Amino acid sequence: MIRAAPGLVVALMALPVAAGLAGAVLPAFGYFPALGGADFSLAPWRDLAAWPGLGSAVRLSIVTGLGATVISLAITLLIVAAWQGTRSFRVVTSLLAPLLSLPHAAAAFGLAFLIAPSGWVARALSPWATGWDRPPDLLIVNDQAGLALIAGLVLKEVPFLMLMTLAALGQTDSARRMAVARSLGYGRVMGWAKTVLPAVYRQIRLPVFAVLAYSMSVVDVALILGPTRPNTLAVQVLDWMTAPDLTLRFTASAGAVLQLLLVLGALAVWILAERIVAARGRLWAGRGARGQMLDTPLRTLVALPMAFIGLGVGLGLTGLALWSVAGLWRFPDLLPQSYGLRVWTDQSAQLVGLGRTTALLAGLSALIALVLTIAHLQAGASRLVKVIYIPLLVPQIAFLPGLSALGLWLGLDGTLGAVLAVHLVFVLPYVALSLSDPWQAWDHRAGLAASALGAGPWRVLVAVRLPMILRALCIAFAVGFATSVAQYLPTLLIGAGRVGTLTTEAVALAASGNRRLIGVWAVMQMALPMVVFALALALPALIARRRRGLKVA
Amino acid sequence: MSLQLDKLRITQDGREMVSLDLTVAAGEVLTLMGPSGCGKSTALAAIIGALPPAFKMTGHIHLGGKDVTNVPTFKRRMGLLFQDDVLFPHLSVGGNLGFGLPRGTPDRDARIAEALSAAGLDGMGKRDPATLSGGQRARVALMRTLLSAPHALLLDEPFSKLDAGLRDQMRAFTFAQARDLPTILVTHDIEDARAAGGRVLSVTGTSIS
Repeated sequence: MIRAAPGLVVALMALPVAAGLAGAVLPAFGYFPALGGADFSLAPWRDLAAWPGLGSAVRLSIVTGLGATVISLAITLLIVAAWQGTRSFRVVTSLLAPLLSLPHAAAAFGLAFLIAPSGWVARALSPWATGWDRPPDLLIVNDQAGLALIAGLVLKEVPFLMLMTLAALGQTDSARRMAVARSLGYGRVMGWAKTVLPAVYRQIRLPVFAVLAYSMSVVDVALILGPTRPNTLAVQVLDWMTAPDLTLRFTASAGAVLQLLLVLGALAVWILAERIVAARGRLWAGRGARGQMLDTPLRTLVALPMAFIGLGVGLGLTGLALWSVAGLWRFPDLLPQSYGLRVWTDQSAQLVGLGRTTALLAGLSALIALVLTIAHLQAGASRLVKVIYIPLLVPQIAFLPGLSALGLWLGLDGTLGAVLAVHLVFVLPYVALSLSDPWQAWDHRAGLAASALGAGPWRVLVAVRLPMILRALCIAFAVGFATSVAQYLPTLLIGAGRVGTLTTEAVALAASGNRRLIGVWAVMQMALPMVVFALALALPALIARRRRGLKVA
Repeated sequence: MSLQLDKLRITQDGREMVSLDLTVAAGEVLTLMGPSGCGKSTALAAIIGALPPAFKMTGHIHLGGKDVTNVPTFKRRMGLLFQDDVLFPHLSVGGNLGFGLPRGTPDRDARIAEALSAAGLDGMGKRDPATLSGGQRARVALMRTLLSAPHALLLDEPFSKLDAGLRDQMRAFTFAQARDLPTILVTHDIEDARAAGGRVLSVTGTSIS
């Protein structure tokens, strides 16, 4: 099994994506015998072109994707450059784990509740500053320009990129580079940008690409925060996919292929921009500007987005929790007039049922991913294969419709096993990314010492290596668990409406506008992965309590 | 029981690093000396069967008359001590000693208690290894290796990280405990070689005195 693991991992990452893409490309050109499309034609593309929203949908995909990526990357790098090595930085990094475990949808709901015309921001300013005594008729959430969507994406992508940057810092000799730059009189930010950034960026390139692809084609966040008339392209493809009129599947497939092409085009533009920035950057670095005066203003400047993210998430989630127990809550009151658990009790049976399915899917997929990752690494794959990024780079909306058609054809759609398998495609990359560094960092002499004492490879793995990296194993499990809980589109399309989770239920409520109901489901959705994360941090700490030599960082 | 290196040659990119052709008798301590980077640790890695793939090895290794050249590390029955103690941090002191003791050994607890006592650590079996002093940890590492009943002992600069005062003590303790085994000591410290009291060679087999 160990020897087969690398091949299995590659197959698990590449095959569903390849099959799904084939299942999108063929119908996009009219071929889908089950639906009467026996001949190739360009009719699906003509139908797609006839959709009046196409122009704005394409523009939205590009603007929100590039916007969210540039902003997230800039904030991440500035935070690290300006604050690395300080106390505040350690506080910020300790908040990363809970932020990462937060599902996109819950974060998006929190932000929506906060900035909506009847949200806390408007309430706090009313009526004394705004004169509003009822919620204003403004399109803040779901705005046409996609600004709310960009904000919602930045909220979640900065923690992800930050974690990737921190991992990269450990491999780039950043402390010594900074020491040299500082001793030559460079300011903190300038020195970091000129000496550490080039090495770090090389390491975080693929995660940045993943952020770009994700931001351009996201569905669940767009359903909550994105424009509605017209929809974003990804949401429209989903609409066509799930429409009762099955002929619309052809249009959906053409849309899915267009989405893929847009992402590939944007990646090409990004790579071109990288070259230009790198060439200009080398000239700039050679000119020797020290930038000592930049540190204080930049530190202050970057504190703003940090506060935006912290407050946005913190207040957003508090708002969700408060709405879930709110009775009467008049505008512009800051707090509800009465509280009650009515919605919770009304929903309790469903909450427990779907909560159980969610936890089962998440627990199993995280566990399988962990075993596969360990087997993959144990088989001597010293570095993770790049294949692991395929499911993160190809937009979900581009290959999941085709995959669900395949599932339908095989009679597997709507089964728990099929949903579990497709969750695994997205859970495995994150588990592998999370585990590979601690796995490599393990002191190999412990393994040699154990071998010399007569322990075979299995005993070295089970009795020495795994216990020594227990903390990393627990965190990788929690990351996988949270990834599974957050999956919306795979659950929806492969589950075919017969397998539901907390996430599909919560996102389905987005259009309802029922704040109390959304609050209940979103709170459940975020609580489940957070509890698992808390346990993942507590368990190794408890075990390591009497073993000081085990690193508990 | 003796350890024989039969025309053992290690090369890297065609360049010879190690060349040894000798036999270490039971109870003898052979010292390999040289500056860091000369290939001492590479020689030990080859003898224990953990040579990195960048190196090429020819020749044979015999232990107690048996050819162990292709036997995996965990079946070779050669004990190894590093510069650091490399105690397993997730196990207690007693757990570390028990890890070394072969499965199916009768009276495990008594054997562990005996080893603790020999190391001057009576009753410390339940302790966290991280709470021990450097010298105590080094003694636990040695006892752990000896409990695994090795047929030879390989020492990779095991005294270099100890304080000067502890070093003499630990040398005496180690050589006394290892008295019946063929032992190869790798070091850059002439004092180690003197304390070992045996032949002193470079990794290419030339005698150093």
